[in-house]
Amino acid sequence: MTIQRISRAAVYGLLLGASAVHAGDWRQFRGSDTSAVADTEAPPTKWSANENVSWQVDLPGRGLSSPIIVGDRVFVTASSGYRQERLHVLAYDISSGQLAWERQFQATGRTGTHPKTSVAAPTPASDGTRIFAFFSSNDLVCLDLDGQLLWYRGLTHDYPNVSNSLGMSSSPVVIGETLVVQAENDSQSLAFGINTATGESRWTQERPKKANWTSPIILSTDGGQSGVVVLQSSTGLHAIDPLSGEVKWTYADGASTIPSSVAAGGIVYAPSNGITAIKPLADSAGPEIVWTTGRVRPGTASPLVYNGKLYTLNNAGVVVCASLDNGDVAWQLRLEGPFSGSPVAAAGYLFAVNEKGMGFVVKPGESEGEIVSENDLGETILCTPAIADNAIFVRSDSKLWKIAAK
Amino acid sequence: MRCVCETTRAFGLGLLLIPAAIGMAAETTDKAIEAIRAVGPQGAGNVAASAAVKSLSQGKVDDLVPILAGFDGANPLATNWLRAAFESLADRILKSGGELPKDQLEKFILDLNNSPEARRLAYEWLVRVDPTATDRLIPGMLQDPNAEFRRDAVARLIASAKALKDDGKDGEAVAAYKEALAGAVDDDQVKAIVEPLKAAGVEVDLQQHFGFLTIWKLIGPFDNVNLVGFEAVYPPEEKLDFAAKYEGKMGEVKWTEAATKDDYGVVDLAETLSPFKGAVVYAATEFVSDQERTVQLRLGTPNAWKLWVNGELLFARDEYHRGMQLDQYRVTANLKPGRNTILLKVCQNEQTEDWAQAWRYQLRVCTPGGAAILSADSMETTSR
Repeated sequence: MTIQRISRAAVYGLLLGASAVHAGDWRQFRGSDTSAVADTEAPPTKWSANENVSWQVDLPGRGLSSPIIVGDRVFVTASSGYRQERLHVLAYDISSGQLAWERQFQATGRTGTHPKTSVAAPTPASDGTRIFAFFSSNDLVCLDLDGQLLWYRGLTHDYPNVSNSLGMSSSPVVIGETLVVQAENDSQSLAFGINTATGESRWTQERPKKANWTSPIILSTDGGQSGVVVLQSSTGLHAIDPLSGEVKWTYADGASTIPSSVAAGGIVYAPSNGITAIKPLADSAGPEIVWTTGRVRPGTASPLVYNGKLYTLNNAGVVVCASLDNGDVAWQLRLEGPFSGSPVAAAGYLFAVNEKGMGFVVKPGESEGEIVSENDLGETILCTPAIADNAIFVRSDSKLWKIAAK
Repeated sequence: MRCVCETTRAFGLGLLLIPAAIGMAAETTDKAIEAIRAVGPQGAGNVAASAAVKSLSQGKVDDLVPILAGFDGANPLATNWLRAAFESLADRILKSGGELPKDQLEKFILDLNNSPEARRLAYEWLVRVDPTATDRLIPGMLQDPNAEFRRDAVARLIASAKALKDDGKDGEAVAAYKEALAGAVDDDQVKAIVEPLKAAGVEVDLQQHFGFLTIWKLIGPFDNVNLVGFEAVYPPEEKLDFAAKYEGKMGEVKWTEAATKDDYGVVDLAETLSPFKGAVVYAATEFVSDQERTVQLRLGTPNAWKLWVNGELLFARDEYHRGMQLDQYRVTANLKPGRNTILLKVCQNEQTEDWAQAWRYQLRVCTPGGAAILSADSMETTSR
């Protein structure tokens, strides 16, 4: 952790007391506010296995969950063993990469997955004082930042048909004092609002009976501290009040079950019929459909909104830049796919790492995009990068890297 | 300043109080473990367990083995809480320069009456402070109730067999592979053993090794158009009468015999009957148990299914075409002495994609650790 980062975190901590806001944290899948943007960070735009690697560590198990960063620690999950039944939560010092602690658990739910994925697929989340580690087995572990177990839930233990034989990957989001978990599949499909302090369910909802690998997003006007959580499924979107589970609005024209939506400026850009821009209306039963375009179709990677433009990565490995106003395509740029992880943005650049471990840095312009660098880590990487401490954090099935200028 | 006699008196009083203090500490530990063991579904008991884990993690080295003992009979949620308490305490002891109780841990590991999961946890922390424990303990764990111990023991034997083979000691290599096979429960290890044995002219009966059920009676198809069949109660669910005939989806149906020769016990319904779509088939078999016992029924199927043992519905799942894996589902079942009836309902939907035509299953009976349990009736499988 840099001195500036410590000072900044300390000042915020003093000002806000127990809320433990650490400026520059990357607390959940696609960042603290699920936007995948870290515009105050300046990570390197060039790296390799030997260049601009601040540190790398061996991991004890597989995983495609993203690392998250809270204060001076990097947290990551992994699964190991012949049946991936051993669940790992690991904490590393952000400056040195030294292991601060590791805790292991035994999966209480099913651990079978498609060979490409693993039990450590969902990205953990944090409220700044607790880590919520979720796994494909639907084990949900809450630890404090020092590795002390605070509570444990086995959602498949509680609901035995909550599972997917191909594996699950939805990452939970924390908003206020509620953790929202989607555990949706063909059989017993449920979403949960979990009390972050006790692990008890505030609400449990029946969800569409269809396998669903998307993650909830936060639709907020205050950086993710409050707002609604948008649950995506094959039927469309449900905006949920996180405390009560009350459905605030719905969009029922279907949506993808792989890439997740993104929200920016109060509008949700959903992978639905291509991309559909959806604007919630304060006093209406339904949201306004701002526009729909079939010309922008995200593949596995979730879309990104950055500096007034929409970006998607399609299954051909092409970045498509589109207008936020009407969905019109501004430009396209072919990268080398396939991509499992989603793109993220910082310091005027887009960062996307393909499945072969090649990280692309793209400089987006008004009329075209430019590949600034192609950066090979030489290992299969399926995670979405995390950005904090002026660094990029990525992991493979065996390693965790901090990519930062030395 | 106190006089010597006061000091002595205080010291004596302190000695008298030490056993009482130890007793109180032990009582606190026991209460904390009990609080953890009380956790249940839906987060029940989480608040008390959280305080108990915090208390235990601040405890003493003497608390480690009692925490492990707490695994015995605890539910899977509670064992994870106990695991966290053990790891937090052990971690704190080591980081503060303390020592783990190596002898006590080893004694705990070697006692097969203890929880297999707790024994494994004890072992993993023992080897951190005594790496020689691996060579001392693992070779004796080929038949251990804990699958991870067995896996480690098998891996050593496979490595040994390979080395013998490389040294040209073919006979000893075969013997080592055979010994390894006796403990192997994981398919990757079984394959790594069977292949060199086959090359050496030794055939392995995989159906028997894994304990697949291979002789079945089948009846169907019943209707599953629009997925109605999963919830529908067709006659075989109400009464098993192998002489009966019923009205099925496409006319009269009756029970027929089916035996699979597949090494992994796969019964291909689409091939054995017909590639019906929107259809239900029931498969029944008997398993003879020599005693009353709890077993795991391990099922693999890409289709929706329901499973009964002796008329009791054990589990039902309506997922279609999300893959089929060995040991995909594990269902705990209580067997009675003598003949036990196993009934499986296998539903096919109406998807038209190539990958959605599979209509099959495999089922085996085993211990919680994955070792085969064979029917006591030698006529029950083709392998015996």
